[in-house]
Amino acid sequence: MSFERTKEKLNILADAAKYDVSCSSSGSKRINPNKGLGDSSGMGICHSYTEDGRCVSLLKILLTNYCIFDCAYCVTRKSNDIQRAAFKIQEVVDLTINFYRRNYIEGLFLSSGIFKSPDYTMERLVAVAKKLRTEENFNGYIHLKSIPGASDELMREAGLYADRLSVNIEIPTLSGLKLLAPDKKHEDFIKPMLKVKNEIIQYKEEKKILKSTPKYAPAGQSTQMIIGATGESDKDIMYSATHYYKNYNMKRVYYSGYVPVAEDTRLPAIGTQVPMLRENRLYQTDWLLRFYGFGVHEILNNDHPNLDIDIDPKLGWALRNLQHFPIDINKAEMQMLARIPGIGMKSVHKIISARRFRKLNWEHLKKIGVALNRAKYFIVCDSSHWDHRDMNADKIKGRILQNSVGKFRKEYSAQLSLFN
Amino acid sequence: MENAKTLIYDGSFNGFLTSIFVAFEEKAQIADIQKKTISQNGLFSEIETIFTHVEKAKRVWNGIQKKNHNAIKNIYFAYLSETHGIELLLYRYIRKLFANQASIHLDYSDGLVLKISQLAKSVSREKHRMEAFVRFQLTQDDIYFANIEPDFDVLPLISKHFRSRYADQQWLIYDVKRQYGIFYDLEKVEIVSLDLTEIYTNSIQKNNRFVCEEYSYQELWNNYFKSTNIKSRINLKLHTQHVPKRYWKYLSEKREAV
Repeated sequence: MSFERTKEKLNILADAAKYDVSCSSSGSKRINPNKGLGDSSGMGICHSYTEDGRCVSLLKILLTNYCIFDCAYCVTRKSNDIQRAAFKIQEVVDLTINFYRRNYIEGLFLSSGIFKSPDYTMERLVAVAKKLRTEENFNGYIHLKSIPGASDELMREAGLYADRLSVNIEIPTLSGLKLLAPDKKHEDFIKPMLKVKNEIIQYKEEKKILKSTPKYAPAGQSTQMIIGATGESDKDIMYSATHYYKNYNMKRVYYSGYVPVAEDTRLPAIGTQVPMLRENRLYQTDWLLRFYGFGVHEILNNDHPNLDIDIDPKLGWALRNLQHFPIDINKAEMQMLARIPGIGMKSVHKIISARRFRKLNWEHLKKIGVALNRAKYFIVCDSSHWDHRDMNADKIKGRILQNSVGKFRKEYSAQLSLFN
Repeated sequence: MENAKTLIYDGSFNGFLTSIFVAFEEKAQIADIQKKTISQNGLFSEIETIFTHVEKAKRVWNGIQKKNHNAIKNIYFAYLSETHGIELLLYRYIRKLFANQASIHLDYSDGLVLKISQLAKSVSREKHRMEAFVRFQLTQDDIYFANIEPDFDVLPLISKHFRSRYADQQWLIYDVKRQYGIFYDLEKVEIVSLDLTEIYTNSIQKNNRFVCEEYSYQELWNNYFKSTNIKSRINLKLHTQHVPKRYWKYLSEKREAV
């Protein structure tokens, strides 16, 4: 192949694919049974990080950025005047294999603009995955995009070669979708999602009976929503995410702060700051829902439709629910320990292990790695020293903000720095 | 009372385990356990040189493993941290393990236990980093070759990962700091030492030991690395936190920055 031409295409098609934030390469159980190439049975690996601090785990490219749709938020929309390119199937296979052999990547994340028709596009994505699996004996990770509107038959085939499939919802509300992507129908997103969900369930059932049943999308499916493009609230976003986790068994929902890519009166102007802090708070909430036993209504509801920007969502919840505190570190159950601000799940497990040997005091907690600057207002331990008895929520919040340095502090501080 | 003893071993992990065996067998008071290469005579302790004995080492390993599977992993990982004085810490840790019924490796309120578990964690982090940061370059003899310079001695820990992943290609990963490498010849992994005249970092200068295609792929990779970055989200602090500068010279995508 001609390197110069490939390089040109790679630049265009990697640049266009970078707004898809998923780069996870974990959760698959594909081993390398016959001395082929690759193994994705372990945990995911981030081989590098770009200068924006995001992980590089997969070769993330579009097959082509030609597209028949004109979605306002998308850089490859039909009406955008940009360079277009398309990879040949063999080119993608060669790039993947050669990058993988040099230990640059965990595998391939292949998406595409929709050219001709959804099925025509999906067919080509599947062809790449099939070639990698059957001709190259490749057991690395493959993430394919489910093209909205693709047929059930193609989605079934895709899952046999891919580890993960994803459809991006992009706009969390129906009204937003109508406004920004008038040619796309909500049902087109849902159909492949539903198909994949049902196939996963079915293959799992069959596997119980017949062990040689092939794997079907062993790392499950995921989706992504753009944040801050349509004026939606945090509640809209998280309720929608919860819906997809619950009804479509999503492995992950990703939140992508909108990066302005076009002048369009319907969207934030070019140069508007990417809402990275908001994105961060949404991910924190996502974690609280998936790993900490919180219900979405506890964190976001009609009284609190948006997350606090200056404090994390767990601290926000605790300050609104002081009646549950203080919690006794040496007695409380795991679910309650997990609700204490400044204590993560790793610390929860360490506390539970360690307190079987002796009662824990402040010193123990500090050494274990608890963020006492936040936690100390909400716990009692084996010490008589606890002087936060009569503080109200505002006072605690003030103290915490005063005594800590947040990495995003400068972005929401209204106060001007004196010596700038 | 008998004088406390200092045990001197050959520097291998089996040697260390043999020392533990001897210490338990002789019920001696142990002042220190030291590698031969860096031993210092204590003023008031008696010196005993330990000869590595694989059977004895195995008995210690199996004994600890039977006691607790996670503890043996912690011990091995912490040992590879090469921290000064790790042998004595581990000796005390192992004694504690055998003196107690409960699984004391979970007692994070005990300073020694916490320390060993933190050291093991650091080594495990470095292991994971090397699984990520190895950058193979294809040589003229069809071997995928990489130099590394890890903080801890993690080659023994990453061997299995690379063996199961790259089962159909020959590869060699060489630790330039500790001057040994692991080589996979399509059948098995062997420990090798090389007379490297130069260190093959990912330099901009081409070297004729590597196939010429190699440099094209490096260029493609570098281009990909740049194209996939979102400029309006730049966060260099986070970038260097994930990819610390000391690893840059071995990463082809960072070679221009070095």
